[in-house]
Amino acid sequence: MSNALFEYLCRMGDNTLVLGHRISEWCGVAPVLEEDIALANTALDLIGQTQLWLGLAGEVEDKGRDADRLAFHRDVWDFRNLLLVEQPNGDFGRTMMRQFLFDGWHLAQLRGLMGSSNDQVAAIAEKSVKEVTYHLERATDTVIGLGDGTEESHKRMQAALDRLYPFVGEMFIADAVDEEMVSADIAPDPASLRPGYDAMLDAVLAEATLQKPADDFAHKGGKSGARHTEHLGHMLTQMQWLQRAYPDATW
Amino acid sequence: MVTEKPSLETVWSWLSAVPDPEIPVISLTDLGIIRDVQWRDDTLEVTVTPTYSGCPATSIINLDIETALRAEGIEKLTLKRQLSPAWTTDWLTDTGKAKLEEYGIAPPRPAGGPQHCPRCKSTQVEKISQFGSTPCKAQWRCQSCLEPFDYFKCI
Repeated sequence: MSNALFEYLCRMGDNTLVLGHRISEWCGVAPVLEEDIALANTALDLIGQTQLWLGLAGEVEDKGRDADRLAFHRDVWDFRNLLLVEQPNGDFGRTMMRQFLFDGWHLAQLRGLMGSSNDQVAAIAEKSVKEVTYHLERATDTVIGLGDGTEESHKRMQAALDRLYPFVGEMFIADAVDEEMVSADIAPDPASLRPGYDAMLDAVLAEATLQKPADDFAHKGGKSGARHTEHLGHMLTQMQWLQRAYPDATW
Repeated sequence: MVTEKPSLETVWSWLSAVPDPEIPVISLTDLGIIRDVQWRDDTLEVTVTPTYSGCPATSIINLDIETALRAEGIEKLTLKRQLSPAWTTDWLTDTGKAKLEEYGIAPPRPAGGPQHCPRCKSTQVEKISQFGSTPCKAQWRCQSCLEPFDYFKCI
């Protein structure tokens, strides 16, 4: 049980860590100042949530690893994030499409976790849900604004959706870890979140004048750690460079 | 050196003099993030809840609480983090809200937006961005005096 819970908490924490780092890459170079600030703030929320999830993961594991140790001293094969969040930023449109696709799932997931039988999990979810509500609201507005915008912005948003949609399925496919969490009433069944997500997606995409790809093919292997895309390793060389160059450095 | 344990009321009054590091016009107690103060034997336990989970001010706030209480002679002190119930802007005191407005930050409202421009009081205001200079604020603009201003988000 504690092993499955550790895995599960790493999934939650690695999602927020990897996406938080990804969007922090926009800091100082986003298209306009307000978007730069918004992305940096979202990154901050996600990194804050990471500290809570990975902090709890370390406690559950009980091997003396804290959130920093888990974040900076693991390599690709030990990461348990969804493939979606490790995808490169691309242009601003693709970054916001990735954010929207993730936030929609993230909010539903956190709402489910608020009713967790594990009090600490429920408390982190209760805290995070307030922040993620803002993330989804903003990502939705941006996807609609750019999708139903100029010819150029529409074209880019459709391309972003076509590219990222194959990474959506992984969020809703359960494996042994999920099943153990569901049977212990710790977490919602991933598949149970899909109908609500699809309805939300269809409504937003219709308003954004974007077409959801017909093919439901899903890349997977991120949350199990079996097969990450090549991009995660490159990201970690940046994110972890200091701890790799100067192990256990503090200041 | 404190020879006698100060009353909880006294401790609260000390804490009400500690300013928020990001918005120094309001105090930590105005912000509503200090949830409890208790004596556990001879150790003072202060329970603090974070505003936003990634707010960089959180560690500074803990440091400021510790510094303030040590300066008053408290030697045995623990800070406890409490996540649930999650912090809400409903816990901002009325004094805190009034001080924010006076400072030029529109206070949070359940309606989801500022009541009026904190400078000229015009109700003709528009949202620029849901995110602002700190995690707890959004950027708005007054369409009458044309000044941009911060709005303390309602969560």
